[in-house]
Amino acid sequence: MAEVLVVVEHSGGEVKKVTLEMLTLARELGTPAAVVLGGPGAAAPLVDRLSEYGAVKVYAGESEDLQGFLVAPKAAVLADLVRSAQPTAVLLGSTQEGKEIAGRLAVKLDNGLLTDVSALDANGTATQTVFAGSTIVKSQVTRGLPLVTVRPNSLTPAAAPATAEVSPLEVAVGDSAKLARVVERKVEPKGARPELTEASVVVSGGRGVGSEDNFKLVEELADLLGGAVGASRAAVDSGFYPHQFQVGQTGKTVSPQLYIALGISGAIQHRAGMQTSKTIVAVNKDAEAPIFELADYGIVGDLFKVVPQAAEEIRKRK
Amino acid sequence: MNIVVLVKQVPDSSAERVLRSDDNTVDRGSASNVINEMDEYAIEEALRVQEAHGGEVTILTMGPAGASESIRKALSMGPDRAVHVLDDALHGSCALATSRVLAAALGTLKPDLVLCGAESTDGRVQVMPHMLAERLGVAALTGARKLTVDGTSLTIERQTEEGYEVVAASTPAVVSVWDTINEPRYPSFKGIMAAKKKPVQTVSLADLGIAASEVGIEGATSAVVEQSKRPPRSGGQKVNDEGEGGVRLVEFLASEKFV
Repeated sequence: MAEVLVVVEHSGGEVKKVTLEMLTLARELGTPAAVVLGGPGAAAPLVDRLSEYGAVKVYAGESEDLQGFLVAPKAAVLADLVRSAQPTAVLLGSTQEGKEIAGRLAVKLDNGLLTDVSALDANGTATQTVFAGSTIVKSQVTRGLPLVTVRPNSLTPAAAPATAEVSPLEVAVGDSAKLARVVERKVEPKGARPELTEASVVVSGGRGVGSEDNFKLVEELADLLGGAVGASRAAVDSGFYPHQFQVGQTGKTVSPQLYIALGISGAIQHRAGMQTSKTIVAVNKDAEAPIFELADYGIVGDLFKVVPQAAEEIRKRK
Repeated sequence: MNIVVLVKQVPDSSAERVLRSDDNTVDRGSASNVINEMDEYAIEEALRVQEAHGGEVTILTMGPAGASESIRKALSMGPDRAVHVLDDALHGSCALATSRVLAAALGTLKPDLVLCGAESTDGRVQVMPHMLAERLGVAALTGARKLTVDGTSLTIERQTEEGYEVVAASTPAVVSVWDTINEPRYPSFKGIMAAKKKPVQTVSLADLGIAASEVGIEGATSAVVEQSKRPPRSGGQKVNDEGEGGVRLVEFLASEKFV
């Protein structure tokens, strides 16, 4: 069976969940081969985990050039690999970097591209949700191989242990790929909470939360449920919570098992980022808020009463 | 510094948006159309760079005849002129073909700096800046929340999953911006009047040396083969908090095995 290339998303020596999802998906399409692109020594700590989820090969592209410049060197190495390995499909994470690499790869290979894919069948037909989750489309790449970016949380990763053979890649990056130099990479402490786009539970606060200080309530519920914290644009614009946690059209798109919206009215701007969540719960004092049209369970009430009581009840049950 | 801002007209995301039933492309005729919101931040940033460093700001739009409304709106914020790539053959173009057309147009404009929104609200694909940079052989600085221009050197700060990155390049370059970068100005009455007289040059595919078969539905590298409306989420249970709302909430979570 031909290889399906899975471009590994990793951070701090750990494989990100979307990669395990992609390996699970890749097993249905062919032989999963993981591609690690990073600085010197990037691949070694990832190999066991990639094997556990079925990678039979790990292509290791390791060079200072791959981490010293924005995505162009990664796309260059990947294009060379696609030409030599002749895979049946290439999967990347539908993240900022994954999409950026994919865009460059599409131009280099003159190959069609599908982004934000939630499912991909063996004949290359992809499923995407568009227009704030209102329309589902089936799409195909009609020139070249299926080159797709996979939306995090689209499927449940399943282990299928294999023994991956590590195959080093030659990294020869021309000057034309070294135009955007990363001067500084700042890691901000994010604590123990899962990453927003990968979390299986997301608790978000909106304008109704009222202040930066009150967001502690949102954080408390998120922590009790092992979830990530999100915020609506209104809350971010009001300075209640940092922009990187914004869920919605001009922020992150999330698709968790459980989404809890606190004090969020549910404007289209917000719905665009969370409508495909599996279960939606809302607390809002306005009974007419559009968020209730989406909610599997809605409580019309004061979140400052409902949330502390819920937190207390969860503690009791633990 | 010569700046080109990419502006896309998109269906208004607050109205119902649909794909056409005949060819599965975005219906740009039925919905009300607006400037892609994120592009307004790119226009604002271009005007700020122009105010500090001089030069000219040109709007570049690819789109149907109706996109001229968005072009006028963009010009009313202050840019000097616009180029509208208009050709019936462009209908249904994929991202790859679009990047080919825009790159060809940029090739004739020879900007020092190309500014654009990080994504459009219709496609939300986010690949255009890198596709253009790849074709033009210039740097792409994407997802900027801050841009600093010092002579020919450009530095951006961009949000990442882990924190943020500072990325630098020399002009010419493509820079895409998020809505955290600035607060776009509203067009003034004077600006709106002035926009009516600003030059808008219409460019066809032939002018750019691109064959109709390379773009549009015929030249698309991907295709929607089927579309369906997502069944609307049926609102589930809605209960009024009568003092036990928090407990009821947890009971629901427990019934769904989240607690």
